[in-house]
Amino acid sequence: MRAGAGAGAEPRGGEGRGGGEPAYATAVIAPATPTALAAPDLAPAEPSAGAAVPQAGDPALTLLARVGVVDPASLDDYRAHGGYTALRRAFALGPAGVIREVTDAGLLGRGGAAFPTGRKWQATASQADHPHYLVCNVDESEPGTFKDRVLMEGDPYALIEAMTIAGYAIGAHKGFLYLRGEYPRALGLLENAIASARARGLLGQDVLGQGYGFDIEIRRGAGAYICGEETAIFNSVEGYRGEPRTKPPFPVEKGLFGKPTAVNNVETLVNVLPILTGRTEETKLFCLSGNVDRPGIYELRFGVTLRELIELAGPPDTMRAVLLGGAAGSFVRPDELDIPLTFEGTHAAGTTLGSGVVLVLDDTVELPRVLLRIAKFFRDESCGQCVPCRVGTVRQEEALHRIKDRTGADAAGDIALLREVGRAMRDASICGLGQTAWNAVESAIDRLGAYE
Amino acid sequence: MTAIPLHMPRRLVEFTLDGQEVRVPEGDTILDACRAAGKDIPTLCQGDTLTPKNACRVCVVEVEGARTLAPACSRRAEPGMTVLTDTERARHSRKVVLELLASSTDLSMTPRAAEWMKEYEAEPDRFGPAAARMNEEPKIDNDLYVRDYDKCILCYKCVDACGEQWQNTFAIAVAGRGFDARISTEHDAPLTDSACVYCGNCIEVCPTGALSFKSEFDMRTAGTWDESAQTETTTVCAYCGVGCNLTLHVQENEIIKVTSPHDNPVTHGNLCIKGRFGYQHVQQR
Repeated sequence: MRAGAGAGAEPRGGEGRGGGEPAYATAVIAPATPTALAAPDLAPAEPSAGAAVPQAGDPALTLLARVGVVDPASLDDYRAHGGYTALRRAFALGPAGVIREVTDAGLLGRGGAAFPTGRKWQATASQADHPHYLVCNVDESEPGTFKDRVLMEGDPYALIEAMTIAGYAIGAHKGFLYLRGEYPRALGLLENAIASARARGLLGQDVLGQGYGFDIEIRRGAGAYICGEETAIFNSVEGYRGEPRTKPPFPVEKGLFGKPTAVNNVETLVNVLPILTGRTEETKLFCLSGNVDRPGIYELRFGVTLRELIELAGPPDTMRAVLLGGAAGSFVRPDELDIPLTFEGTHAAGTTLGSGVVLVLDDTVELPRVLLRIAKFFRDESCGQCVPCRVGTVRQEEALHRIKDRTGADAAGDIALLREVGRAMRDASICGLGQTAWNAVESAIDRLGAYE
Repeated sequence: MTAIPLHMPRRLVEFTLDGQEVRVPEGDTILDACRAAGKDIPTLCQGDTLTPKNACRVCVVEVEGARTLAPACSRRAEPGMTVLTDTERARHSRKVVLELLASSTDLSMTPRAAEWMKEYEAEPDRFGPAAARMNEEPKIDNDLYVRDYDKCILCYKCVDACGEQWQNTFAIAVAGRGFDARISTEHDAPLTDSACVYCGNCIEVCPTGALSFKSEFDMRTAGTWDESAQTETTTVCAYCGVGCNLTLHVQENEIIKVTSPHDNPVTHGNLCIKGRFGYQHVQQR
């Protein structure tokens, strides 16, 4: 079940890792190797969260400012570094005021869909049905994504504070933190953070003496990609099989336990803190991996180009392609690096920011094998509920197997078949998993000329 | 018997269906509207006595302004929406869904499957002879019914009928995921070791013949099943005072299976083990 790394962690495209040192931070992306689980004594020491932040110490950092700086186990240290000022401000503003600030700041969801957070909160807060729930989606299972993990392991109190603010804004008294099962260290730190916040009156019946009650319960995932889908996460928390639900009704109307629910990503929530404490510029986290010299989490203002980002991380000599947005995202060519890294900019270029994955591939990579690995990932992770995804992902993988060593006219028939199946998966699948399972393959064919 | 449902009158919702203004009661689905307008939309996982899981996706239609297609069986009509049921985009998805199903599952006993395959020009063979299939053998572990999952399209109807929508027995659920997902008892135990109460309500709703009466399965295997020689007689179950309706299927003066009318306002096609399987005494001569 602990299929830790996922597709993106194998930029060389092989089924196994093969020889040679990988040029990416294996330990950062895939800590829960079978060896490490079976014999903890033999496992190499896990690097701290700060090790995944190449920009550590840069005064321009906002979201990552405390990562590697504060002691993630100390509430006092968090408060000494500006912690809990945003919550006090939130109480001064009132719930409607918080929603107004978040809406005015134009905050968009960072989980991949870029939905306006203020609108989601407003829609939840205004529901007559009670209770309302907050769910923090930390399933973080998009291959190549590890930003939420770094945030939680480096600055766990920030998430607890942000969840409290979100709960206050939407009128929820209970928040569920749905944590990826492969994140044991984050679990320990968050449990500690919740317990100490509760002991100090920052969670519980009467938060900060303001008469507002809020508490957080952690639920661990069991290693399914589908459980990061915003309605499948409800099924999982409720104890059912992790399958997406039909929308409409949307979560803001009928979500967790059938009640109005706001589901937010960690990075989205943590963004609320600087919004309330008077930040100047909005930033975005990027998860750099693959053939770069300094993989890790980078925090940059919106509008920086893909080229500037990859320059920071140290690009390979000859770049073949960049996968944006993870397995559900799409490839871009090395001559498209001037794409501005904004939601609009990537959309205009026909690609996606997704969850912020930037996986760089050099020219040693066998593209057909990378695509096969991605297809295998989706086939493996499909929940099996709807036909287009359950069978479509299998047919996609079969076709990619057939053409893995073919090009041109020899591959044309299967590429046409892939297009037809891919179109039906995108149009007719129930949830985002099936709808995006063909994105990366399509972009590799159309933009990279993978089988020409 | 004609059922006369008693409801509060419902408001009407007006929307555009294939260019025609239509009005349907609030809460009705697009499929309800299509059927009222005489449009034939293929369905598999939708059933007249259940709330569909909309898992098969064969009924998808285009809703103007939506990013993806919508399942007609589940999407409720909204005032002012514009729905197109027969566009190239919707037909393409239906065709591919039929191809995906037919290339992986035995649809030979699915009513109308062959007709739809023809209508949508589906060619399931184009995935090649090596295309993965369900590859299941019939499970025969009791005297009452057979589970032939090679014919299963995972429509969830049996799970819903066994579980929260009707029987509340929860003997079966979906196990495994993706292409390996199968309807299963707990730990894949034989039905005799499961929570099954043999009401047969799962067979009543199965759209593909994956679940069938042992009597029917045996006769089909022996080649003696002959629907043209069968009569159907609806009567009242004599076991208790509820008064469930039974439809006795009789071939050569032998009861060969028992179903129940879906429009019965009390039972909606559901029975218990006695009504469904307890007919042997009738045949003691």
